[in-house]
Amino acid sequence: MAVMTYIEGISAGLREEMRRDPRVYIMGEDVGIYGGAFKVTKGFLDEFGPDRVYDTPLAESAIMGVGIGCALTGLRPVIEFQFADFITSAFNQVVNNLGTMYYRSNMPCPVTIRCPSGANVHGGPFHSQNPETWFVHTPGLKVVAPSTPYDAKGLIVAAIQDDDPVLYFEHKFLYRRIKEDVPEESFIVPIGKADLKREGSDLSVVCYGAAVHLALEAADKLQQEGISVEVLDMRSLYPYDKEAIARTVKKTGRVLIAHEDFLTAGCGAEFAAFIGQECFEMLDAPVIRAASMDVPFPFSSVLEEHMVLTTAKVESALRKLAQF
Amino acid sequence: MATATKTKPAPAAASRIKPESNGGTDWRAEVLEQEKKRVPSLVLQQQHLEKMDSLLPELDIPVREYGDLKRDGYVELYRLLFLIREVEARLTRLYRQGKIVGGVYLSKGTEAIAIGSGFSLKRGTDWLFPMHRDLGAHLAFGQRPFKLYAQYMGRAEGPTKGRDGNTHMSDRHLQIIGMISHLGSMIPVAVGAAIGSRLQGKNAVALTYIGDGGASIGDFHEGLNYAAVANAPFVLIVENNQYAYSTPIIAQYGAARIIDRAPGYGIPGEIVDGNNVFAVYETCKAAVDRARNGGGPTLIEAVTMRMRGHSEHDDHFYVPKELLAKWAERDPLPRAQRFLEETGYLKEKARLELEAKTVEYIEAEIALAEQSPVPSTDDLEESAFYSTHKKWRTD
Ligand SMILES: Cc1ncc(C[n+]2csc(CCOP(=O)(O)OP(=O)(O)O)c2C)c(N)n1
Repeated sequence: MAVMTYIEGISAGLREEMRRDPRVYIMGEDVGIYGGAFKVTKGFLDEFGPDRVYDTPLAESAIMGVGIGCALTGLRPVIEFQFADFITSAFNQVVNNLGTMYYRSNMPCPVTIRCPSGANVHGGPFHSQNPETWFVHTPGLKVVAPSTPYDAKGLIVAAIQDDDPVLYFEHKFLYRRIKEDVPEESFIVPIGKADLKREGSDLSVVCYGAAVHLALEAADKLQQEGISVEVLDMRSLYPYDKEAIARTVKKTGRVLIAHEDFLTAGCGAEFAAFIGQECFEMLDAPVIRAASMDVPFPFSSVLEEHMVLTTAKVESALRKLAQF
Repeated sequence: MATATKTKPAPAAASRIKPESNGGTDWRAEVLEQEKKRVPSLVLQQQHLEKMDSLLPELDIPVREYGDLKRDGYVELYRLLFLIREVEARLTRLYRQGKIVGGVYLSKGTEAIAIGSGFSLKRGTDWLFPMHRDLGAHLAFGQRPFKLYAQYMGRAEGPTKGRDGNTHMSDRHLQIIGMISHLGSMIPVAVGAAIGSRLQGKNAVALTYIGDGGASIGDFHEGLNYAAVANAPFVLIVENNQYAYSTPIIAQYGAARIIDRAPGYGIPGEIVDGNNVFAVYETCKAAVDRARNGGGPTLIEAVTMRMRGHSEHDDHFYVPKELLAKWAERDPLPRAQRFLEETGYLKEKARLELEAKTVEYIEAEIALAEQSPVPSTDDLEESAFYSTHKKWRTD
């Protein structure tokens, strides 16, 4: 075991797969000499050489298209978008070309797309987004969003080994803020399996990514008042773990769904619809959601704090749920 | 002229890798040994130096008098050049003091491009679409430093009232449209502003910028091609400062020069020394005049060198030191100074006075920005829509 940060978990998983499987190669802006804008691939160029750690021109659509082409020939490209926000410049390639590739060609297209996403980094509207839902909504794409260093490593390995395209949403705010023991040997966190982060009996929070940590903090606070909160980290957004959701609903009968993405038509809407349809009889209260306000992410800290999902907002939503 | 040298193997060169291989090591040890010998970063740096050397002779025209600039024009260009250098120096200090929200992307060494081009436009008529390193263009187009500082501090009196940040500044009174971070996305929008103005009988020109990196993106081509077929009154300046973050131009495009693309669109392409503010002004002015007179779009490549890191947290380690030394000699500020001295337009004593006044002005503007309140959260929830957002509309 070694203590790793979230970002070290990503690096470790990547390096491990690069060493294990010669078909894996990394492409993206400034991933080479610079080691990536956040230094995830620092030292990779020296270890693996310029054919396997490829500094691309600044052209997301081309990066994505080239990645798809390479995957069709049997390689396993890992694409880094410097910020998740810039995936929009490759939207057509991701949604139409990559998403339908297996369906229409019968050929596997094992591309992994790393998307550094999320707010609270003073990034303003174009360096803070959580664009996962666009891709959850697209058939043919798998979407994961780790919340811990352990999951960060296990999910990047699972993503690379998966024969289908996987979008990997890594949260920038978590990069250097959380640490934990992570095995140095190889392991995977299977795609599609949620993780019960905290057991509880009164209320459930279904969440993912940075929101998991807010939910855990809020749960700690409520515990002091004798309210027991269960926290379910989804980890995979598509496919997602329906059994795990049903299990927690059955246990507590009261569910809050929390995510940092905008409220309207975010992943939470899908989870809520699933619960409404499949778990209605187990519910003691309506399913409620806590998310960021439906406005672009603001630059000023005062505005961002007001707009983005916070522990306080999760806590107050939980209180409402408890009182229903 | 330089010919494009093929710089590094495309990813396809990984074809040495047997697709069905599942980790057998026989070929790998050998390949890795070869790669190490090539020291990729050094090979790239060497090729970059060669490419730049081949470009320089074309640019090296001494500073001289140009077209329609009168004495006051020369002095004003110098004042603006000095202003932006000082504005940015203070920005760095504020950043270190923790007073800035987000990152700071400076134009040190390349300021002449934003200043010369911004000054070539007609205020109140033309449209300016600056990019992240064009703080100087805001100033040359009439923006007050106070507004810029308030923006960087996320204050209520910044042009976006704390909503967007860094250099993403719109100002509807000045017809400045702020960028989004997605490089290249403003190019088609600027073309639209040019065409829209013409359709309404306004004799306006739209001018925007892109970096040597941003010029690789699809919107560059789509926007410029559209401008060409629409004969739009549009000017696109490529600020070729040799690096996109850590990526040198040698890894960015295969042609010798970016303006080599212009004939492909059927429009004129001009290359200019981006460290000569008067030359930049003259080149831009000619393009702007041509656009205004129905002559269509121009692609301008202004060659320069970014003398600081990509942003203030980047230590620039990937740039060869000799390259920086070479471009330090071409610093636009002393070059303009020498020219004004020689022509007698601005002798030392008057220059020092002008500079002292400018510094004083900046200090006062910063003080104003620091007094600007933080934005109110009251109206944030409805602020994404014009139709429901009363407060901003009545400004
Ligand atoms: C579409 C897009 N991809 C990636 C980025 C991230 N990014 C911001 S600045 C930058 C380098 C830009 O280089 P260049 O266009 O040469 O301009 P310079 O910063 O050198 O002035 C990159 C890669 C971005 N802003 N937009």
